[in-house]
Amino acid sequence: MMELLMSIVIGVLTACGVLMMLRARTFAVMLGLTMLSYAVNLFIFVSGGLTAGKGAVLGRSDIYSDPLPQALVLTAIVIGFAMTAFLVILAIRARADLGNDHVDGNSGKSQEDSA
Amino acid sequence: MTLFWILLMPLFGCLMALAARQWSRSYQALVVALFPALALALLVPLIPDVLAGEVIRYGFAWLPLLGLNFSLQLDGLSLLFTLLILGIGLLVILYARYYLSTRDSMPRFYAFLLLFMLAMLGIVLSGNLLQMWFFWELTSISSFLLISYWSHQPDARKGARMALTVTAAGGLALLAGILLIGQILGSYELSEILPQTAKLQQHAAYPVVLLLVLLGAFTKSAQFPFHFWLPNAMAAPTPVSAYLHSATMVKAGIFLLARLYPLLSGTDLWFLTVTLTGLSTLLVGAYFALFQHDIKGLLAYSTISHLGLITLLLGLDTDLAAVAAIFHIINHAIFKASLFMTAGIIDHETGSRDMRKINGLWGFMPVTATLAMVASASMAGVPLLNGFLSKEMFFTQTIHQGVLGSLSWLIPVLATVAAIFAVAYSARFIHDVFFNGQPIGLTKTPHEPPRYMRVPMEILVALCVLVGVFPELMIGSLLQQAAVAVLAAPPPAYSLAIWHGLNVPLLMSVVALIGGILLYINRKALFMFQAGFNETKAIYRFEAFIQRLVRRCRNSIEQIENGSFQRYILLLLLALLALAGAPLLELQQLRGQRAALPFDGLVIVGAILLIVAAVATVMVVRQRLLALVMISVVGLMVSLAFVRFSAPDLALTQLSVEVVTVVLLMLALYFLPHKSVKQSSSGHLVRDFTLASAIGVVVGSLAYAMMTNDSASISSYFLQNAKSGGGGTNVVNVILVDFRGFDTLGEITVLGIAALGILKLLTGIPRFMASADGEGRLWSKDRHPLLLAVISQALLPLALIVSVYIFFRGHNLPGGGFVAGLITAVAMILQYVAKGVDWVKPRLKVEYSTLIAIGILLATVTGLASWLFDRPFLTSWFDYFDVPLIGQIELASAIAFDLGVYFTVVGASLLILANLGKITTRYRPVHKEPS
Repeated sequence: MMELLMSIVIGVLTACGVLMMLRARTFAVMLGLTMLSYAVNLFIFVSGGLTAGKGAVLGRSDIYSDPLPQALVLTAIVIGFAMTAFLVILAIRARADLGNDHVDGNSGKSQEDSA
Repeated sequence: MTLFWILLMPLFGCLMALAARQWSRSYQALVVALFPALALALLVPLIPDVLAGEVIRYGFAWLPLLGLNFSLQLDGLSLLFTLLILGIGLLVILYARYYLSTRDSMPRFYAFLLLFMLAMLGIVLSGNLLQMWFFWELTSISSFLLISYWSHQPDARKGARMALTVTAAGGLALLAGILLIGQILGSYELSEILPQTAKLQQHAAYPVVLLLVLLGAFTKSAQFPFHFWLPNAMAAPTPVSAYLHSATMVKAGIFLLARLYPLLSGTDLWFLTVTLTGLSTLLVGAYFALFQHDIKGLLAYSTISHLGLITLLLGLDTDLAAVAAIFHIINHAIFKASLFMTAGIIDHETGSRDMRKINGLWGFMPVTATLAMVASASMAGVPLLNGFLSKEMFFTQTIHQGVLGSLSWLIPVLATVAAIFAVAYSARFIHDVFFNGQPIGLTKTPHEPPRYMRVPMEILVALCVLVGVFPELMIGSLLQQAAVAVLAAPPPAYSLAIWHGLNVPLLMSVVALIGGILLYINRKALFMFQAGFNETKAIYRFEAFIQRLVRRCRNSIEQIENGSFQRYILLLLLALLALAGAPLLELQQLRGQRAALPFDGLVIVGAILLIVAAVATVMVVRQRLLALVMISVVGLMVSLAFVRFSAPDLALTQLSVEVVTVVLLMLALYFLPHKSVKQSSSGHLVRDFTLASAIGVVVGSLAYAMMTNDSASISSYFLQNAKSGGGGTNVVNVILVDFRGFDTLGEITVLGIAALGILKLLTGIPRFMASADGEGRLWSKDRHPLLLAVISQALLPLALIVSVYIFFRGHNLPGGGFVAGLITAVAMILQYVAKGVDWVKPRLKVEYSTLIAIGILLATVTGLASWLFDRPFLTSWFDYFDVPLIGQIELASAIAFDLGVYFTVVGASLLILANLGKITTRYRPVHKEPS
């Protein structure tokens, strides 16, 4: 039943990430994106099925966990970091240039509301 | 190969025109004319072979996967057009030398003209449809440039835009048609598709193909109802009109019809569409030509009419109709080009093109008048001139066809009506311009043009007469071979004689001549009638239409793209929800067959912690520091999840990235407002919450379905081959550096680019720094904490050793370049945190951007090295060696690749953080050491 638990975790992480990405302040969007990266990484990771206590190192056990999603996620983590970093710096630069931290750069006077 | 050079000559000429801009005008014209002349000289030796029925080909593979070859072919039809393009082109170059005033830029004109010539030659010499289309579009573009040559005139700009819009739109339709032909017949090579007539015509998509191709041809050849751009293109300099709008470009559409004649013609759809379009164009053009007051306007409508005549011929179902069409292409090009040149001379010498002002020029320029009279007699179809011969052939064909069934008799009748109008407007051109009283209100006194300006006209008019009197001798064999190319078979016997005896076509000619003269004499009534129409000019309607279109597009774009980032995200997420949710609706049951793992107390606790932390992050998102703490808990729990579910590599990576990310976000907090000001309205919150929950449910369900269902995976391949093929037992690492090494190379490149982008964003950042934090407290002026400084310094060598260890064991045990790089980066960042940028910088003289470059270069070179051994890019090598004392060790080229990954990761992480940190230091109140 570990699968059920894992799906709930992924669902909650996704929902929290999406909710924060829809906020109007850059900081919330950054956290949302980070959270969504966790969710997506876990999602890809579990696509090979859950295996407990068996790595993907040859000769250590009879059954191996699926190495392919792990390889995908490993690079995804690093690329995700690069993307988050870029977004963070972009937000800092936007604040410095525009004087506010609204995602539209207009101090929250757009049609949409702000958080 | 000669063909290739012929095609290239205009290109050289185009460049030469630009290079020779300092020379005198005559030399410029001479040097430009040299290239088409050279092309002609290259062409001449090929002519006997082509006339003997040979098809000369040249080509090489260009993009063979797309079916796009560079392929040239010269058959009878191509030869005919090539001669027209080069021959008339040469005459136009000479003519333009005298036509253009000293204020006009000659290099620009000649460059555009030669560019156009290149495009035209490209069309007629192409042996590949896609390639032909490329040149087809090039003619549209170069004609746009030529029409708008006098860009200071609004008429020229508008006319050019209209011509481009209409012909380019047709060009797109043609491209669609060509692509369909390629799909159906499996090739774009003319030599391969032309024999497959039956296959194409039996295909269900044939009507679509035909209509698309016809759209392309009709827009280009100004067929009704797309004819309106041609009169408006008369704003172009007259040499351009003589060249593009009578002899060449408008014939491109006709050429296409002739080129694809064997493939597309022969069906009822073809006969009906082409015949009716040609017939209506013939009538519309002839009728409106009579009422134009602008000489060039008259010639433009007459051109439309003659293009309609040729199209009509191509649509008739008689054997000789195609031959007549080709014959008329030649004749029309010759007499119409000379008439346009007349118009240019008149414009040049009188300063006006209005036939209500220009009268009685016979007294001022008798030679030009004589030449013009011969040419327009040819246009009217007077015997002993070339126009008469093809018109007779045309009449003969209209009598023998049966395209419209029992209504087929209408075609010869309407053809005669059009011919009556043709005689009338030809008569008007002569009578109104050269006789009919004296000039009214001209600014210049007209006189004969410079001697050499008249030479091109003289040559063309001489051709009119020579072809008219000795047709067989002049063009007999050329016509024969062109007909062979169009019909893809030898045409039935025909005679080019002047006299065929007393027959119906001759009667039709006589009726047309007499009727036309009578019509012209009684024109007053018709002019009154025509003046009764309150017609707006096509150009205004067209402009209004375009402006309406632009306005609507702008409005609808503003509707969708309103500048709100939140809205874009919302729309994207909605789309995602629909795409990801739809398959779930079709799935009967989420739970699959795979055996489930049992619950485990520790995992439950971890999951609850994770969920609580995630929810808490959302709750406290406005207290930013607290939110940051919460999200780091989430990250930690995710790393633990990787540990628990057998992914040690991932856990190591996630843990190190977590540290770097949190440090980064802390630094970001320093620059951003420390508190959020406003709250979302409840309505928006409910909406966002609903959407977020829906996506969470869908993604969670998908994950559950994925985990519980067995699926075929390619992973077993990697498990089986990791040791034997990649020389490592850590399959994850072997996949990264070996099996999917190319992906990894791409990813570290992205990492490097992101880091450099960040560097760029941070340089020159305006100073925007709060002097206090959110609660109004000033920044701490404490020194860097001593304890942390000491411990971090002690930790550094240890951490470096660990990262080296992790790096080397990576191939066989959890670890590798990514993890090792991150550990090194974390250890370094700790130094920055503990002692500040100012302390670290002088002690660590490493340029991080260089480090990134070294890393990517190392990985690439490792990949390239396999080429030295004739292996594909990134093939890895490994072997085992016995080293005394240490024992057996393994050396693998993947280690070098992984080292590249290591350098890039270290460089990128430190570049980002150190530079951001540096800015905080620069603006912070400087701390002074107590002395």
